[in-house]
Amino acid sequence: MKLWSLSLLALLSSSISVATSAAELTQLNQDKSQISFVSKQMGVPVEGRFKKFDAKIAVDPAKPEAGRAQFEVDLGSIDTGNSEADSEVKGKSWFNTSLFPKANFVSKQVRSLGNGRYEALGQLTIKGVARDIAAPFSVKTENGVTLFEGSFTLNRLPFKIGEGVWSDTTTVADEVQVKFKIFLTASAAKK
Amino acid sequence: MSAQSYTKLAIFFHWLTALMIFVAFPLGLYMHDLPFSPNKLQLYSYHKWLGITVLLIAILRLTWRATHPAPPMLAMPRWQQLLAHSIHHLLYLLIFAIPISGWLMSSAKGFQTVYFGILPLPDLLAKNKELGDLLAEVHELLNYTLLALVGAHIAGALKHHFVERDDTLKRMSFCYKGKKTDA
Repeated sequence: MKLWSLSLLALLSSSISVATSAAELTQLNQDKSQISFVSKQMGVPVEGRFKKFDAKIAVDPAKPEAGRAQFEVDLGSIDTGNSEADSEVKGKSWFNTSLFPKANFVSKQVRSLGNGRYEALGQLTIKGVARDIAAPFSVKTENGVTLFEGSFTLNRLPFKIGEGVWSDTTTVADEVQVKFKIFLTASAAKK
Repeated sequence: MSAQSYTKLAIFFHWLTALMIFVAFPLGLYMHDLPFSPNKLQLYSYHKWLGITVLLIAILRLTWRATHPAPPMLAMPRWQQLLAHSIHHLLYLLIFAIPISGWLMSSAKGFQTVYFGILPLPDLLAKNKELGDLLAEVHELLNYTLLALVGAHIAGALKHHFVERDDTLKRMSFCYKGKKTDA
């Protein structure tokens, strides 16, 4: 999406002044939207998700390249599907949520890949480490709700997610598949 | 080889299964109480791989046995034969039921079984925490039943060996040549 980027507080004013598109979507549907991930543990794909996240987005589905977005994921809201793992990954070796409670992503650019596919480029910050990532996604609108759906591979080690004994990638693979489903509506329509 | 003895392959399957059970059972007890760690994840996987191997060997054993029947039981009181026979049947039942209950539990708990980290076994159940916890209880109960039955199985074999001094246990040896007097 040409989502991504925007200062936290100046969202509405800046999106209007910069984009001036009447068709812009800014309202995140918190209930339907999902950020999930699949990690590989001993070769076993295990799905988890983040229950709490927020996004400041301004995007015109007809022209995603002009969109911007900023995501903030509450890392403490992680649900790995296993209560033991949930408490482990909040600890120092993993997310260290007491020191780094949130992950955030700020979009820099969205480009078209053709065939209704786009790619969001931006900076992802987790545990004090900032890295540029690229997340391909598709756009689909139904009944006035637009779904931005995509995924990207996150390498956990550069972000120091799983340090010490956990850095052994034969137990937990370095590659984590992050999937997102973001449902947006125009701010005026909903709310 | 006389009709009094088991085939070499049957003997091999028997001891291989025994060995795997003697590793997988204490491993299951031990890993359960470990704090969440890479070691725990590894041990759980090893335990599952062992269990699936027990299941595969069990299938091979029954297939082999269908065409290579076990030798008749040695002379002993009827009640002993019945008891030994029942225990053998239950042991066969458990070497199927226990791995399958573990497999189902893994599915219900949302942690798929991937044999040797390579071959994903289909999840036979959808993820369901309550069902997963229930299956964990079933798995545990079946295992304590196995423990009791294996205890009886071994006690019986030892009693025949040291008290009756017959060939019951020797027949399960790779070196057993068959009873001379019977031939």
